[in-house]
Amino acid sequence: MTTVLRPHAEDLYAEELAILAKGDDRPRPPGWRLSPWAVTTYILGDGDQITPKYIGPRRIVEVAVATLATDRALLLLGVPGTAKTWLSEHLAAAVSGDSTLLVQGTAGTAEEAVRYGWNYARLLAEGPSRDALTPSPVMRAMAEGRLARVEELTRMPSDVQDALITVLSEKTLPIPELNEEVQATKGFNVIATANDRDRGVNDLSSALRRRFNTVVLPVPASAEEEVEIVSRRVAQLGRSLELPETPAGMEEIRRVVTVFRELRSGVTTDGRTKVKSPSGTLSTAEAISVVTSGIALAAHFGDGVLRPADIAGGIVGAVIQDPVADRVVWQEYLEAVVRDRDDWRDFYRACRDAG
Amino acid sequence: MRAEAAPSILGVRHHGPGSAKAVRAELERLRPDVVLIEGPPEADPLVALAGDPGMEPPVALLAHAQGRAAFWPFAVFSPEWQAIAYAREAGVEVRFCDLPAAHSLALPEEEPAGEETARLDPIGELARAAGYDDPERWWDDVVEHRGEGGTLRAVGEAMAALREGHEPSGTEALREAAMRRALRNALKDGFGSVAVVCGAWHVPALTGLPPAARDERLLRGIPKVKVDMTWVPWTHGRLAARSGYGAGVASPGWYDHLFSAPDRPVERWLAGAAAVLREEGLPVSSAHVIESVRLAQSLAGLRGRPLPGLSEVMEAARAVLCEGDDLPVELIQRRMVVGERLGGVPGSTPMVPLQRHLREEQRRLRLKPEALAREHDLDLRKPLDLGRSRLLHRLDMIGVPWGTTRQARGKGTFRESWTLEWRPEFDVALIEAAPWGVTVDDAAAARAGELAAREDASLADLTSIVERCLLADLTAALPGILQAIKDKAALDGQVSHLMAALPALVRAQRYGDVRGSGGLAAITDSLLARICAGLAPALVGLDDDSARQMTALIDGVHSAVGLLGSDLWQSTLANLARRTGLPGIIEGRIVRILFDADATVDDVSVRMARAMSSGNPPERAAAWMEGFLSGGGLLLVHDPRLLAIVDGWLTGLPPEAFVDVLPLLRRTFGAFAPPERRMIGDRVRSDAPAPAREASDADDELAAGAVLTVLQILGRT
Repeated sequence: MTTVLRPHAEDLYAEELAILAKGDDRPRPPGWRLSPWAVTTYILGDGDQITPKYIGPRRIVEVAVATLATDRALLLLGVPGTAKTWLSEHLAAAVSGDSTLLVQGTAGTAEEAVRYGWNYARLLAEGPSRDALTPSPVMRAMAEGRLARVEELTRMPSDVQDALITVLSEKTLPIPELNEEVQATKGFNVIATANDRDRGVNDLSSALRRRFNTVVLPVPASAEEEVEIVSRRVAQLGRSLELPETPAGMEEIRRVVTVFRELRSGVTTDGRTKVKSPSGTLSTAEAISVVTSGIALAAHFGDGVLRPADIAGGIVGAVIQDPVADRVVWQEYLEAVVRDRDDWRDFYRACRDAG
Repeated sequence: MRAEAAPSILGVRHHGPGSAKAVRAELERLRPDVVLIEGPPEADPLVALAGDPGMEPPVALLAHAQGRAAFWPFAVFSPEWQAIAYAREAGVEVRFCDLPAAHSLALPEEEPAGEETARLDPIGELARAAGYDDPERWWDDVVEHRGEGGTLRAVGEAMAALREGHEPSGTEALREAAMRRALRNALKDGFGSVAVVCGAWHVPALTGLPPAARDERLLRGIPKVKVDMTWVPWTHGRLAARSGYGAGVASPGWYDHLFSAPDRPVERWLAGAAAVLREEGLPVSSAHVIESVRLAQSLAGLRGRPLPGLSEVMEAARAVLCEGDDLPVELIQRRMVVGERLGGVPGSTPMVPLQRHLREEQRRLRLKPEALAREHDLDLRKPLDLGRSRLLHRLDMIGVPWGTTRQARGKGTFRESWTLEWRPEFDVALIEAAPWGVTVDDAAAARAGELAAREDASLADLTSIVERCLLADLTAALPGILQAIKDKAALDGQVSHLMAALPALVRAQRYGDVRGSGGLAAITDSLLARICAGLAPALVGLDDDSARQMTALIDGVHSAVGLLGSDLWQSTLANLARRTGLPGIIEGRIVRILFDADATVDDVSVRMARAMSSGNPPERAAAWMEGFLSGGGLLLVHDPRLLAIVDGWLTGLPPEAFVDVLPLLRRTFGAFAPPERRMIGDRVRSDAPAPAREASDADDELAAGAVLTVLQILGRT
């Protein structure tokens, strides 16, 4: 057993990738480890040996894979917690067997992270040379023909974003200091993720925008789908965190998903009651973390069974982001919706106690 | 003459562009002497019209008999339409070979059976079995792209397998017997080679003709009605619907494109989508189009399809052209995938006089029927717009709701806003309305008269008909309807009915002035006189609900009388207020009306004190207050006089009496919205009546002129 807290996708699913590569006789685009068809199967699962990594509309994954196959860059858009990063990691793992060439976009990301930096000791000692150059993940991906991932593209300052334009259109990275350039080898491409809600932060220039195919990742379409996602991820996380075995209470997972969906959409599942939506996004990812922490509580402090009291605290924490406004929303929801549901008595009481 | 060959049966998918192309090619290869098409034989004389330059698909054959109608729709990409076009160009005869509409309209309607889907869309069924969502792309993938001749034969064989063990029954058996009979007749008439274009489902039934006797037996003695046939304009959206109603082809625009694009359908389609987006001011470059074509192709490759279909193209458009945004995708969906379109028929098509008159009117008033809803703002001061408004109102009267009125945008009674959307079934409604008259106005007037003459028409119905007649300018119908109103009113003992009828009449009278149609004054006056005479007895012995309804009626009449300016109503109310034994809510309301009019303040406060005193049962007092204050708490806030009177009564109460009325007050005030209650409280605390006093400081003489003008404007002089 590895001691790494969170192994990379290509390591965790090495076995599945090997199975797919063995049976894959379809044409592979240059530089790809698998055929586009096999990449799609890896992401969506085949119901047998390959587990599904992304649960959602098939067409989204197909469009994403087809985009990468046409050597256009891929932009994954979506509200927080819609598995953008998750999907990009698995795409990179399946296409180039390496999901580590990652640039994290922040307000402080500098151009060196996208192009290249210098090892100043060597630069001073030996003068400008290829050896004194520290390549960025993007530069390495170009040289080796792999996929580079850019996380939170819109959080980067605009001038850093625009450094990608030449890379994406000319597929080359000039190094004027050495009068050289790095040309991308076949198989190179970029997957960027960006947050729908932050569109205004550093919106993409239309020149850059034009170089991406955009795929919008939706929130799960049905409660069943979301329950499936949450329970699957919770089981995986539980294994990797080595939590004691806890019967994954489907009942409680369904309850968390229902609460999140109702608050997110502003109306109850039966469509009868309107509720206010809190300021937080209440994404699937948050639902997963609520259930995981609930299981940890149940395993270490409870009787080993996931009970309403174990998840109540997590839910209250996830819903109430703004201490004043969201508390009112939550109280209203508790009194107007939760209290009237007969089989939700325990949960109601637990939530009252929690917050 | 050529040697007699076995008839060629071309099984098609109705409204399938793939089938249409295949049929056309096959007919050009076969060069038959006669083409039989699935459709009603009554339409044979109408086929020639299909070649008229004024004929513009989508159109439908309409068979109409005694309130029932059936449609056979055709688009340009319908195989049947292509067969007709081929026959016209090649100069060969076309015959329709289905069961005559005279029979199919006489037979009772069948409930769709379980295997209905297979029968209606067998190719769709095969496609679904093969895992395709769009039958056209299955046809493309499996049939078209093999590039072999005789694809239609392969489809026929597939149908034979699908129909294995199926015994046609009911209408289906009759229809297939009729098709076989038509086929036999064609062979008997000495045509050398015969081609039949019919739904793929029927192919096995027409191959290998059985002896005629059984079919003849089946077809003998089935019921029959007289049928009129004609062409009517149709819309893309309703193509697939068998009877003309219900769901249609989901993507007629795409099919149309597939059929009419000469080559490179994907490239042309995406370029068209880019053009649509540019028209809306969205920046879309040629580079976008190139990338979207590439994505569509690589998606098709990923899905193992030989060519991109609608789903790949739309996903490519979404990811590249629309940059993931939903709104532009909807725009493309609406304008290109659905691409709703209304066909047209030439003037020489058989029509009832009413349809012909409507066409003339449409041309005269420059209103073109369109399938997509379009908004029109009419200014009734312009003769053209006034004519349009009248036409739309008249059509509404005869059951053709081409336009629906919306809330007018501008101010003023001379504006009307309409949403116009032509639906194919309006032609049927017009044909059904034909007995009423040969022009739209005659038919509408006759229809109005007929509605008015109904035994069960209530007085309120009649007055609303009057209103509609005035809007439609049907002066010819008015005298009859007014007479009917007079008769009804004289016989109707129920004052409440008269009261319900009055407001519409008064409105009509007022409109009549604007629209230049004549007097209703005599009727409204007599109606009002009757109401005033009968009101007092009608108010006795009402329960809570009827009292509440009566209050609403009184309000209605009161506001209507405001437009008339009659003293009779005022004095009736004043008399009523003096009576005892009225229900609380009505008395409260009447007192309030008088108070608003200008009854003396003292009088009102005395009445209020009396009504609220402990001699009355609490419910009555509460109802009185409710009637008095109806209209919400805002009136109390903004009418200092009213507030002063309530306040004065309340503060004048002795402590014990105050405790007694407290529950009643709570009941009345509890119905007000919280902010209203707070504002009332604020007013009382800040001693609000003051502004009213200040107003009296104004120079009365100076103000008199202005007040007079205001009164004139309000119609109170």
